[in-house]
Amino acid sequence: MNAQVITDTMNKDFVLAVEGLTVSFDGFKAVNDLSFYVDENEIRVIIGPNGAGKTTVLDLICGRTKATTGSIRFKERELTKMKEHEIVRAGVGRKFQNPSIYEDLTVFENLEISYPKGRSVAGALTFRRDAAVKERVQEIAETIFLADQLDQRAEYLSHGQKQWLEIGMLLIQDPELLMLDEPVAGMSVSERKKTAELLNTIIKNRSVIVIEHDMKFVEDIAHKVTVLHQGKILSEGSMAKVQADPKVIEVYLGH
Amino acid sequence: MSKASGRTFFLRPQDIIGIVVLAFILVVVLPLTLDNFRLQFVGKYLTYAFVALGLVLCWGYAGILSLGQGVFFGLGGYCMAMFLKLEASSPANTKIQTTPGIPDFMDWNQITELPWFWEPFKSFGFTTVAVVLVPAFFALVLGYAMFKRRVGGVYFAIITQALAAIMTILIIGQQGYTGGINGITDLRTLHGWDIRTDSAKTILYFVCVALLIACILLAFYVKSSKLGRILVAMRDKEDRVRFSGYDVSSFKIFVFCLAASLSAIGGAMFTLQVGFMSPSFVGIVPSIEMVIYTAVGGRLSILGAIYGTLVVNWAKTSFSESFPELWLFGLGGLFIAVVLIFPNGIAGLWQTYIAPHLGPLFGGVAKRKATPPAPPSPGTAPAAAE
Repeated sequence: MNAQVITDTMNKDFVLAVEGLTVSFDGFKAVNDLSFYVDENEIRVIIGPNGAGKTTVLDLICGRTKATTGSIRFKERELTKMKEHEIVRAGVGRKFQNPSIYEDLTVFENLEISYPKGRSVAGALTFRRDAAVKERVQEIAETIFLADQLDQRAEYLSHGQKQWLEIGMLLIQDPELLMLDEPVAGMSVSERKKTAELLNTIIKNRSVIVIEHDMKFVEDIAHKVTVLHQGKILSEGSMAKVQADPKVIEVYLGH
Repeated sequence: MSKASGRTFFLRPQDIIGIVVLAFILVVVLPLTLDNFRLQFVGKYLTYAFVALGLVLCWGYAGILSLGQGVFFGLGGYCMAMFLKLEASSPANTKIQTTPGIPDFMDWNQITELPWFWEPFKSFGFTTVAVVLVPAFFALVLGYAMFKRRVGGVYFAIITQALAAIMTILIIGQQGYTGGINGITDLRTLHGWDIRTDSAKTILYFVCVALLIACILLAFYVKSSKLGRILVAMRDKEDRVRFSGYDVSSFKIFVFCLAASLSAIGGAMFTLQVGFMSPSFVGIVPSIEMVIYTAVGGRLSILGAIYGTLVVNWAKTSFSESFPELWLFGLGGLFIAVVLIFPNGIAGLWQTYIAPHLGPLFGGVAKRKATPPAPPSPGTAPAAAE
């Protein structure tokens, strides 16, 4: 029990503490006894080859997949026992790999739905689009370069704009832990550059976990990099340290 | 296109026009042009329109297809029928029975005492509350069991269909308590007011129209609230809604209960206007027919669904009068046509082909302007536009 006491005292400084996390799908361990810690205001990038379990880790944290064993603690709260919407309300935001937005609604409505008020049935029925809401939506829309598209139906946005919109939807929730799954995938060079700028402004004052393949991009933003391989941590540390790690070069960077 | 930024009132100008046109047709045009007999038919059709209205919210907006709305229509109808039957079964009216004072079918089934669940239906106040709440409670139980477990789509549709079948079997099987396959018949008065006369039926028609308009306004309010947009969002990307911090199941349960209550109001009005309620309005076939009304009218359009109900029922009545054996084929063909040719129903046709010619005020008025026999409307409306 000594180890338990030690980790408990250590956890205090971490926003997110993942310990002994394992999930198995029909015997296949997609994530295997994984432990890592994310500091306040830290930007953590998770890299690794396909099938390493990166997206599964995010799924586990946000409650989409239930852990087989292990614990995920976010600000002293155990996430593995909470429902998805409770985890969101606790302050965890998640961006999916493919832009996940409401195509039938306008940009404004997409952002408004993500505004963290009126989340119950009665609250949604009586929700008023007041000045505070409009102002906040406008502010976020400007951040994500969509201020002139507020009345546009989301389905008519370009792929890059959809990614931005989803980032904006997270931003308006103002999460303390933001998880981004391949935020620049499928973007043009100029969109990628703008996205990097955008991410640099939004990651302030919160912890961020990013999954990304683009090494240049990772180098730009990461405080610390975790390399996953077959559901386990292969290496962890600064970008320079990870890039120099022979194991990492062999399974991932070398290709 | 400026609706996102500023709208505070829940009705857009084109919605108001649409509702006024519909109200005008129902309150002025039809009563003036149809004889009493035909008007009573329209009154009956309108009771199904309540169900269609619920389906627009539940199926069209939230994407929850229920093939068991007849159950809720029936529950509402039976609640009302129980009240009326008790009033019709006064000891004076039933003195020839073995046990006077209980409904005749109970007496025929050797029941000698009014069952406990019939007792509260002696009160009209209780009955009106029960009409709305009993079906909502049923929907709540079913919705809770299904949606909390994330049962959805086809599986949910099948379960609701099974529910419709179970309900019919239950009603038919428990003849002594429910009136069995004949239903609850021979309803006479409401607080002493004879509902069988022509004048009473005309008054009930207008009551039905008024309630329908009220329910339409309620539906518009729900649609235009943030809840309405959450329903659409859920239909598109359920996971995203969950990860925006919403408990998706509670929204599904809410809209399912709302649709159930709306259907039940229709059911109660049906009992009042037609004068009986029977299991043939509860089962699978009527439940599916109600889905077809909604599909034909346009499942995304509140007013479209009303017209759809009127058009399909008008067609059903006219067809069945001339070619009774062909009607079912006609209905099937209509449904196939809706799926293949005009997926958004009459409302979609209106919006695509007619509304663009009518200027901005009608621009978004997807659905209306069609008088119940819809066929004339595509002809008249463009002519009016020219």
